[in-house]
Amino acid sequence: MRPFFDLSIPSHLSAALVPDLILMGGAMILLLVAVWRRESSEHQRFVGMLSIGLCVVTMAAVWIMMNRLGTATDGPIAVDNFRWMADLVILLGTIAALALGIDDNDRSGTTTAETHVLILLASSGMMLLAGARDLMIVFLGIELMSVASYALAGINRRSERSAEGALKYFLLGAFSTAFLLYGIALVYGATGTTGLHEIRMRVLEHGLSTSPILLIGIAMLLVGFGFKVSTVPFHMWAPDVYDGSPNPVTAYMAATVKAAAFVAFLRVWLEAFPSEFGSWHRAVAGLAIATMIIGNAIGLQQRNLKRLLAYSSIAHAGSILVAIAVGTTQGASAMLFYLLAYTLATFGAFAVIIVMSHADAPVMTADLNGLWTVRPWLAVAMTVFLLSLMGFPIAGGAGFLAKWYIVNAALQAPAPQYALSIVLVLTTVISAGYYLYVVMLMFMRPRSLDAPAVPATRSLTQAVMVACAALILVLGIAPDLVLRYANVGIPSTMVPRGPRPVGTPGTGQAPPAATALAR
Amino acid sequence: MLAESLFFSAVLFTIGVVGVLTRRNAIIIFMCVELMLNAVNLTFVAFAQVYGAAGQVFVFFVMTVAAAEAAVGLAIIIALFRHRQTVNLSNINLLKG
Repeated sequence: MRPFFDLSIPSHLSAALVPDLILMGGAMILLLVAVWRRESSEHQRFVGMLSIGLCVVTMAAVWIMMNRLGTATDGPIAVDNFRWMADLVILLGTIAALALGIDDNDRSGTTTAETHVLILLASSGMMLLAGARDLMIVFLGIELMSVASYALAGINRRSERSAEGALKYFLLGAFSTAFLLYGIALVYGATGTTGLHEIRMRVLEHGLSTSPILLIGIAMLLVGFGFKVSTVPFHMWAPDVYDGSPNPVTAYMAATVKAAAFVAFLRVWLEAFPSEFGSWHRAVAGLAIATMIIGNAIGLQQRNLKRLLAYSSIAHAGSILVAIAVGTTQGASAMLFYLLAYTLATFGAFAVIIVMSHADAPVMTADLNGLWTVRPWLAVAMTVFLLSLMGFPIAGGAGFLAKWYIVNAALQAPAPQYALSIVLVLTTVISAGYYLYVVMLMFMRPRSLDAPAVPATRSLTQAVMVACAALILVLGIAPDLVLRYANVGIPSTMVPRGPRPVGTPGTGQAPPAATALAR
Repeated sequence: MLAESLFFSAVLFTIGVVGVLTRRNAIIIFMCVELMLNAVNLTFVAFAQVYGAAGQVFVFFVMTVAAAEAAVGLAIIIALFRHRQTVNLSNINLLKG
């Protein structure tokens, strides 16, 4: 009889955790380095640079592992390109967050070097999450990520808003974790295992697909994940928390934390519950539609730039949910590309906010009036990021293709999702109302005379902006650079089986028309 | 015995949810969340009697993580208390966010 509980890693995969261990071990050492010296601006910068170095090393390790290890279908740790690509997106976001963090700490006079270490710890939780093929590891990854994020949200102890946001984030995060856990417990109760692959096997073997305990468990898991990725009925914490946190942390929470939660969400749904497709499909599709419509509609009313981006990030969660509702591997690779484009655009936009922010006051859209006349390049960069978030063709670069692939995946699924695609396209049009409004302000409104001078851009912030804008535009022209890896990304085990017709493994390729258009 | 344990843990979990949604004191909300986590632990232990050790291992993970979460959470509550001199969330409606 096979043991019910097996966390051992097959010997040929013992190297699978090397990148994660490098990051975790490095973060521990850096924690010691951070507290070794007295707090000072130089020390904060030093630890930050070391952290960026550590992330680069981890990225190299991920790259090596991606090319050396094959695809494994067993064990509690996933070894497939979906995981490696997700790791790279997460690490890219981490590097951007660290770089922005170093500059923002300098600007605001914060000297706590632990900020960077907390980001590293959260990222190691995310990498664990990306590789999790067991609900136990999903739980540990989510918690490692969340606990570090709670602390990050409240890292600015001088600000009352920051403390309030952190408390709200913490209470609702812990609340959602309890739902997630109860879901895991019920799924474990229904199937007798926590391994994703084993769950699917047991469900098929014992015909559990209508078991009420399993269905309630899946519903609870959906609520838990819904909170983590801020879909609509569970999104109310997001704007307040994003508003209260320091800018680099907000960018990190809006982009990378969300990306990691989505990666785990998709893997759990496609790998453990494909045979339940009929039960969860309508719920996930409903969440996606509500999230897209309400996120974009409320976004229209925002005049605080950070809250505007918060609602934009809620709306994006809706679009990404479409990829999960589709339930195919093509949807999975579309989601990876979307997460990459979204990460780049979000960090770019927040870099601009960091440049614009002065003192503790929030940056309003009116502060951007006539930015073109004083800082033309800053205005151009912001335009690229906003157009990319909106999914504008050509000038929006990767953002357009990301939405294109999701719509494509939705239409080519075995059960084509016309309604979802239509809502996605229509809400994109609605979102033009606030993205293009900001662009209009920057280029067409005159700069008011009493507007404070825009401070000079610090070097690391500038590097992040240039890199994000360049990558967005390059990927908009040559998405194959990434798609090559995202294509092979999904192991065959993720092709949903069961009562539903088996979808052909997706290629995620744009049809010639789209590629030609993008060129 | 299994059915009784599951029923009891579901009741505990519900009490926790209601507490989180209706109470206004940050500490009490946090205690209700802990109640929910312990309800989950009870479920795991009950199922572990049927399926073997995995559920019990999970309980240890949950307890450890809950302790870590409590450390961070209480620190955040203290940080807010220093600004406000209260841990009452009357101006933060958690249901509405």
